[in-house]
Amino acid sequence: MCRDCGCSLGPSVARAPFVAQPAAPHGHVESIEVITAILDANDRVAAHNRAHFDAQGVLAVNLMSSPGSGKTALLEATIRALDGELKVAVIEGDLATENDAARIRACGVPAVQITTGNACHLDAQMVHDALHELPLTGLDVLFVENVGNLVCPASFDLGAHRNVTLLSVTEGDDKPAKYPVMFRAGDLTLITKVDLLPHLEDFSVSRARDSLRQVGFDGGVLEVSKRGGAGLAAWLDWLRAEVASRRAAAA
Amino acid sequence: MHELAVCQALIEQVARLAHDRGARRVLSITVSVGALSGTEARLLEHAYPLAAAGTMGEGAQLLVETIPVRVRCRKCGSETEAAANRLLCGECSAWHVDVVAGEELLLRRVEFEKTADAAVH
Repeated sequence: MCRDCGCSLGPSVARAPFVAQPAAPHGHVESIEVITAILDANDRVAAHNRAHFDAQGVLAVNLMSSPGSGKTALLEATIRALDGELKVAVIEGDLATENDAARIRACGVPAVQITTGNACHLDAQMVHDALHELPLTGLDVLFVENVGNLVCPASFDLGAHRNVTLLSVTEGDDKPAKYPVMFRAGDLTLITKVDLLPHLEDFSVSRARDSLRQVGFDGGVLEVSKRGGAGLAAWLDWLRAEVASRRAAAA
Repeated sequence: MHELAVCQALIEQVARLAHDRGARRVLSITVSVGALSGTEARLLEHAYPLAAAGTMGEGAQLLVETIPVRVRCRKCGSETEAAANRLLCGECSAWHVDVVAGEELLLRRVEFEKTADAAVH
């Protein structure tokens, strides 16, 4: 542990340089030691976003998963179940289409679509820009549906209070072992599409839970289906409790 | 391939440092990349020349130090190395461990060339 800044610089392994040796310097050479997070600029904007959410007492939840694991379907089910109880808005991240935002708007809540072009993840600045189109006043929960990708989104703090990672039963139960950084980044894991489990003999919920534990994930795991049931109810209760703690913090 | 975005953030930081110090060009940049940082050293090296083209960082050497994952066991107190997808104590196999190294994504050192004038004064 570094005594100066508290970072965890461990032993390092030198690697061969990739870029060709530059031409010999002509002038004076100066070497400076710096220890700064490379994504420092993103982290600052993320902190700024979080300050916006906190000022309004809004719970911000970042949803991450592979494409097709049911993020939008979960949001649709959540919005319907919480209708009249909590005010929800959604920021949608996608490479190219507005389809997901249109699905959310059809549920009667505001949605802003961020189309990232070829970018494989959302960053804090994109979320900040989207916030300019989305009034936070009166909101209880802001969901950010990240780009479907189990790698890149894990590295970028968006300013959300909670990261929720989805793992659908149509994927392998060893997904956490294959994408440890992503699953470790989550505060809650939702195993989705569990209504399909009777048709899928290869997916074991207990193996998925073991895999999560081995990558250092120590949050809750809920088994949910958009069709309802105990898991969806537990997810809604989790949201209610998080909203209550945000409100208490803002008061 | 978010390593391109990581390189762009890196170059912005380096360019600011170079400007502040009146450097003429950047000779080398050293970064630390932990095995749990979500960033791949090799992809970072491939992305660097693309991100650096036309910037202060063009032509600089990128030195990537990779940092393995180390965990400290909450049960037996041992500190051992671990695989990124198997964060268990190497001594007693307990899974209640704290990661003490391997999450870094840090700029560590920059080497600049200053003008001959700057060296004299």
